[in-house]
Amino acid sequence: MGEKVFMQGNAALAESAIRAGCRFFFGYPITPSSEVPEYYAEKAPQENLVFIQAETEVAAFNMLAGVAATGKRVMTATSGPGFSLGMEAVSYMAAAGLPAVIVDVMRPGPADGDILAAQGDYFQATKGGGHGDYNTLVLAPYSVQEMADLTMEAFDLAFKYRNPVIILSDAMLAKMRESLVLPERITPNEQYDWTITGPKGRKHNVITTCGDGPVQWENYNLALQKKFKEIAANEQRWESYQVDDAEIIIVAFGSVARIALGTIKKARAEGMKVGMIRPITLWPFPVQAFAGLDQQEFFVTELNAGQMVEDVKLSVKDKERVRFYGRMGGMIPTPDELYEKLCEYYRK
Amino acid sequence: MKVIYKRPQVLTDAYFKYCGGCGHGIVNKLIAEIIEEKNWLEKSIIIWPIGCSVYADQYFNTDSICALHGRAPAVGTGIKRALPENLVIVYQGDGDLVSEGISEIMHSAIRGEKFSVVFINNAIYGMTGGQMAPTTLLGQKTTTSPYGRSVEFSGSPVNMAELIANIPGCYYSERVAVNTPQNILATKKAIKKAFEYQMDGKGLSFVEVLSPCPTGWKLKPTKALEFLSTEMTKIYPLGVFKSPEVAK
Amino acid sequence: MNSVKIDFDRCKECGYCVQFCPNQVLVNGSEINKKGYYPPVVEKSEKCIACAICARVCPEAAIEVIKDING
Repeated sequence: MGEKVFMQGNAALAESAIRAGCRFFFGYPITPSSEVPEYYAEKAPQENLVFIQAETEVAAFNMLAGVAATGKRVMTATSGPGFSLGMEAVSYMAAAGLPAVIVDVMRPGPADGDILAAQGDYFQATKGGGHGDYNTLVLAPYSVQEMADLTMEAFDLAFKYRNPVIILSDAMLAKMRESLVLPERITPNEQYDWTITGPKGRKHNVITTCGDGPVQWENYNLALQKKFKEIAANEQRWESYQVDDAEIIIVAFGSVARIALGTIKKARAEGMKVGMIRPITLWPFPVQAFAGLDQQEFFVTELNAGQMVEDVKLSVKDKERVRFYGRMGGMIPTPDELYEKLCEYYRK
Repeated sequence: MKVIYKRPQVLTDAYFKYCGGCGHGIVNKLIAEIIEEKNWLEKSIIIWPIGCSVYADQYFNTDSICALHGRAPAVGTGIKRALPENLVIVYQGDGDLVSEGISEIMHSAIRGEKFSVVFINNAIYGMTGGQMAPTTLLGQKTTTSPYGRSVEFSGSPVNMAELIANIPGCYYSERVAVNTPQNILATKKAIKKAFEYQMDGKGLSFVEVLSPCPTGWKLKPTKALEFLSTEMTKIYPLGVFKSPEVAK
Repeated sequence: MNSVKIDFDRCKECGYCVQFCPNQVLVNGSEINKKGYYPPVVEKSEKCIACAICARVCPEAAIEVIKDING
């Protein structure tokens, strides 16, 4: 365990990546993620980092692919508009088996939108925002501590499965300051048998996503699907709060989950049996968390027009028991506002 | 008996998928010869584009990665920054370098990335069936310029070797052609220089190679060479546009 | 005698080696290969000076040139 500090979310994420041995960062400034490249730029000389401010997000994401192909750890950070630009490269990295960490600090869309907190990139991140059949792990921190912890893990997971990993943050988490314990520094392994490093003492390696006829390309896809099924089976993560006796279960991730903790407190004080399931992996969606919860009502609340709610409906037996409340544009509900909604929906 | 010329061992046994008379085959061969002569195989990493050379990873015993369309210089930036001692070759055609990836190549030159670029200019998009390229000549007929390229809709052909030469981060820029034995030798010299500069730790080295596309131009290979010799060199003059000697 | 060996099934009959040989050693062939091309053949092998221009212009790297150093 490292030292206890008081830090901003973006900075904690960047510091954790450095401690995870991620020496390479390529990115394009975009609010609310710019503190991540700025942190890397400042620490570069003392930590021997390679920081390049790429000309576009398209370039940045493809630089990631290059470093990842050599077996070294690399990261980018962006927001919705830049995330969209990078989607072809995410499809490419998943198909090519290139491990990299991509941070999307969500802000309201669509298009340029605004710069406060939102969760409207859920579909894009979890359903594969790029083309073709592929998936990426999506991790959703809800505190500055998780910004650090999940970043550390993201690199391990990326290399475990040879796949890009997305960290889905938002403007509020990025900018808030909290106490946290920083992770300890590690020296990652960079030697793998599949990397592009020059064919010294081994047969040459090729990384390509260009299919050579339908038979070969279907087989390649079947192998990829096997990889994603393995991730889906082994990496579902969530946290449950007072679910055991709950009649109403809030389902929320990231910043909204924090707000919902206040809602649960108030609701319980008023005699409502409310709990929460907080997905930590948005892909694979933690369907296991919903097992056996056939009698409960599910209140899904997000900062979007209704995205994760679809996955909740797929995860429960009776989708009629799933209700949604969302805010958009950067508007953030208070714990009281969510409590009032619970009353409106469930108190007869 | 003395072997004067034999197929470079840096090439695999795979048959090239290029059309008969294609310039890619000649340049691929030259790259293989250079890597073999300089004994750089163990250091070599080639980044292939989307285009007719998309399967060239099958032809080489080097490490290879095939990048997304236009993005080879960005992938090359990542690889060369991670592995500065390696020989990193960015190989692109006109769609890849001049159209889809013009931002990536310009900014790689701006940053002075230390890899070598081999740019195959055949004034057309070969792989996708012969559409117009930004390098297509005015009046040249292609499937997307069936009446001949017009300035009004498509502007004029782009001279990349000169453009790149004007960027301070570019260390070396030359245009060559593979239309005659002498020019093929000059092409090999230019590419070899580009690789040597890289291994000496110098900035971006850029070699533009005028190349025939018999299928796209709808000309027999030997006729295609004529078109290259008489028409292409008018718009794309051969020569050195940036060199360390000149810079001094 | 110097010799030029053309890899029969690699050849795509582009004609460059025939065109650029300074001594017209190679001529168009009449035997068809696997891909439907007619690779060139050596007609005047005594005229071959092992300059290897044929090998250098070949886009398939299909040609090998051997010099007879004994004469």
